[in-house]
Amino acid sequence: MMTQQHVVVAGAGMVAHRFVEALRSRDDAGRFRVTVIGDEPRPPYDRVALTTYFTGRDPEDLHLGGAGLWQDPQVTLRKGTAVTAIDRSGRRVRTDRGDDVGYDHLILATGSYAARPPVDGSDLRGCFVYRTIDDVADLRGYVETLRVGHDDRPLRGVVVGGGLLGLEAAGALQALGVESTVVEFAPRLMPLQVDDGGGAVLRRLIEQLGVTVRTATATAKVLGARRGRVDGMRFADGSSLPADVVVFATGVRPRDELARDAGLSIGERGGVVVDSSCLTDDPAISAVGEVACVDGRVWGLIAPGNAMAEVAVDRLLGGAATFPGADSSTKLKLLGVDVASFGDAFGATPGSLEVSFADAVAGVYKKLVLSDDARTLLGGILVGDASSYAALRPMVGQALGTDPSAWLVPATDGPPGGGELPDGATVCSCNNVTAGDIRDAVTAQGCCSVADVKSCTRAGTSCGSCVPLVKRLTDTALEEAGVAVGKGMCEHFELTRAELFNAVQVTGLRTFSEIIARHGRGRGCEICKPVIASVLASLGTGHILDDDRGTLQDTNDHMLANLQKDGTYSIVPRIPGGEVTPDGLIEIGRIAKEFDLYTKITGGQRIDMFGARVEQLPTIWRRLVEAGFECGHAYGKSLRTVKSCVGDSWCRYGVQDSVAMAIRLELRYRGLRAPHKLKLGVSGCARECAEARSKDAGVIATDKGWNLYVGGNGGFSPRHATLLAEDLDDEGLVRAIDRFFIYYIRTADRLQRTAAWLEELPGGIEHLRDVVLHDGLGVATDLDAAMEGHVASYRDEWSEVLHDPVKLARFTSFVNAADVPDPDLRYETERGQRRPVLTPRSSPPVRSSDTSPGPRFISGDRIEVRR
Amino acid sequence: MNWTTVCELAAVPRDGAVAVLVDGAQVAVVRLADDSLFAISHRDPVSGANVMARGIVGSVTVDGVEVPTISSPMFKQVYDLRSGRCLTDRRAVLATWEVRLHGGDVQIGPALAVTVRAAPADDPIDAEVTT
Repeated sequence: MMTQQHVVVAGAGMVAHRFVEALRSRDDAGRFRVTVIGDEPRPPYDRVALTTYFTGRDPEDLHLGGAGLWQDPQVTLRKGTAVTAIDRSGRRVRTDRGDDVGYDHLILATGSYAARPPVDGSDLRGCFVYRTIDDVADLRGYVETLRVGHDDRPLRGVVVGGGLLGLEAAGALQALGVESTVVEFAPRLMPLQVDDGGGAVLRRLIEQLGVTVRTATATAKVLGARRGRVDGMRFADGSSLPADVVVFATGVRPRDELARDAGLSIGERGGVVVDSSCLTDDPAISAVGEVACVDGRVWGLIAPGNAMAEVAVDRLLGGAATFPGADSSTKLKLLGVDVASFGDAFGATPGSLEVSFADAVAGVYKKLVLSDDARTLLGGILVGDASSYAALRPMVGQALGTDPSAWLVPATDGPPGGGELPDGATVCSCNNVTAGDIRDAVTAQGCCSVADVKSCTRAGTSCGSCVPLVKRLTDTALEEAGVAVGKGMCEHFELTRAELFNAVQVTGLRTFSEIIARHGRGRGCEICKPVIASVLASLGTGHILDDDRGTLQDTNDHMLANLQKDGTYSIVPRIPGGEVTPDGLIEIGRIAKEFDLYTKITGGQRIDMFGARVEQLPTIWRRLVEAGFECGHAYGKSLRTVKSCVGDSWCRYGVQDSVAMAIRLELRYRGLRAPHKLKLGVSGCARECAEARSKDAGVIATDKGWNLYVGGNGGFSPRHATLLAEDLDDEGLVRAIDRFFIYYIRTADRLQRTAAWLEELPGGIEHLRDVVLHDGLGVATDLDAAMEGHVASYRDEWSEVLHDPVKLARFTSFVNAADVPDPDLRYETERGQRRPVLTPRSSPPVRSSDTSPGPRFISGDRIEVRR
Repeated sequence: MNWTTVCELAAVPRDGAVAVLVDGAQVAVVRLADDSLFAISHRDPVSGANVMARGIVGSVTVDGVEVPTISSPMFKQVYDLRSGRCLTDRRAVLATWEVRLHGGDVQIGPALAVTVRAAPADDPIDAEVTT
């Protein structure tokens, strides 16, 4: 057996993470163990998404690798530890904790540091850089402390550097309520990504957001006030600006000191020199990511970094991969403004031609760079609307096939001519996934959905900008493979649930027979019937058993109770927020005792009563309604419960009245039908005793209001909910949940819970935030009206049944013997209550060993045969 | 031949089913939109619970033919109403009865015998229905 080798990774950033992840997934034989040493006090995190720290995302949401990777016994992560020296002859590194770590192979992945320009005063208090979570947290802390003394006026910030990071930083300052000015030395913003035309549109868009822009301006000095604090900036032209905080975003430099000290070759402008296999001069040391200098160039983007990590892993495992080079294509949303730049964006190729489109009013600029015959796409710039980036970026180097201007207006997700991407075209540049890889995932690896393809190829799992394209490619490949015939629900409907919802809403059809005649074919089945019943219920069209709808319902909705294994049902009265009086408890107990129902407390803080026969349901419910209870909808694809902790009325830690809010929410959303069940939770403080983050909508109190998390669930694949909004007041919270729920109900697939819906939603949480908080789709009034309609039309489903003889007639055991209970029901007693005795779910009646030919009778309890 | 009147046609919802008791046997009477009737066992052969009349009635196309179906409310197996054969789990079968409309009344007749020809384990099982 081969002895295990030890790989040490110096640095614990995104590329280090990718290296470890790739090594662990490819090193099946367990030839390597790996130790990652990084100076930040946390595991690798998504630095690209750093600014989301200001829009309220939990810093832990940025962490990469999950617990699984770092708990792998072959992986050791040493956080808060820096490598201080390399002993090449002894093959070991020294750490700042004073110990030595031996290696067989060393990976340098120390990344970059943010540069502070050599300007007077750049070390004053209030000057920051923008690189790590700690930088960002320090900036936030400084601003929040400073604000305490400045109630009289808004705080003012200056960002030095109008590139990608500078605009990110300006966005961060805006999010903190700081008036910001961006100062750029070049004559336009983002000089490396956009040209003058794009820069002009970008500038106008940024200024419309309240950010002041000064281009062609050189910084001369940071001005200080008492106690060494920043109070202004002076520029080379002699003018000055007041400033409470200054952020330097003037670029990054490779952290190559370790390699310098160890005598490795360093590039002219920094970076450890490596060959195309990512090896340094020392065959036992590789360098990857921003610290590596390949062909005289250092790459400050994540995609080339990931590619280098993969190359280094391949080489360790004996492969021959080489770093193919990269381009500096980027697509970003800065302050809500789309900017993309790809390929030869500036037309550096001799003879290249440009086609551009600019709409100063709409704030859109698009330019394509084409080869001299105007056929091949070389690159482009998109500002204000980058929706075609995902389709255009992979076409670089390919013939466009249509009139190039068709790509510029109107916006499109796919090639306008219906053309198909060649297999070699890169779709996901973050993870280097080609169109061919995605097709292969469907045809050869058996992926049947976008989610499968994402987890199989990793396409779309980093920045997410290519997800619409991944979806289109996946759908096309599935159709061609005949794997999934259309997106339809079943053989009766070619529409998806969302399309059907829209169709029914628009046409106003209200019966199944009309709907299937107009939009489907055949007679329906157990898949489409409940969907239509649910859509009709979501549209507020009356009782779920009205007209022909009873026969559309799954048995739980049909009987307004939950079917159990022996054919009896369980009953759950609503207990809003889990708050119940002693009298209420006594009533429930009395009823359960009278009907000998097995009782159990549910996970949603209410009481479930089991063993009710169909014909008993109305009698039991009459008693419950008389005792003041109403239907709990435990049986429906609808709002279930709003779980809560006791909140500040009793709890000494509580900061808000979580019970009152839970009751308000439960009474508002009770009876709301959705593609799947909906659960909510409200916690009265950050201790989160209501486990709200495992709910579809989780509300957690802060001292200023409520934080709203969405898209969580327990169950088969648990997922923590994602933060949607912070510090909402009561009304803002209710409005946000209203819009989130209706938007979900209208657009989700059949039986798709909010977690999966959010996962597949193009644009994800950012898009949802845009729709819910900023009315980005212009549908907020409509969503609000839909929820108000629901609230106004709510009626207790069981009370209505009790008053309707036609509906009551459904609740019989046998139509020709209404009083006779199912004679096959059997019970035994366990822990003082009854439980069903049932033949277990058995294997089929045919023995596999029985191969004798000829007909034979089957008998036994599986098949009844009457003579 | 013995026919037992179990209910009026109006007691069975269109594209729905009701349970009836016939000589101690639990039978589900199914009515399609065109008023054609089927009688199958109320007992779900997979779970052993008497629930089939609470299943959803529908159709599925098999080899170009529209087959009327009912699905078990318990574990969602789909059965051919005409033969009682399960279309999703070839090993499960529902017993069936003769059923007719007689002057506005639904009548249940004799049970139809089900024979199953045993086959090698890997092959689908053929069920034949004879009177």
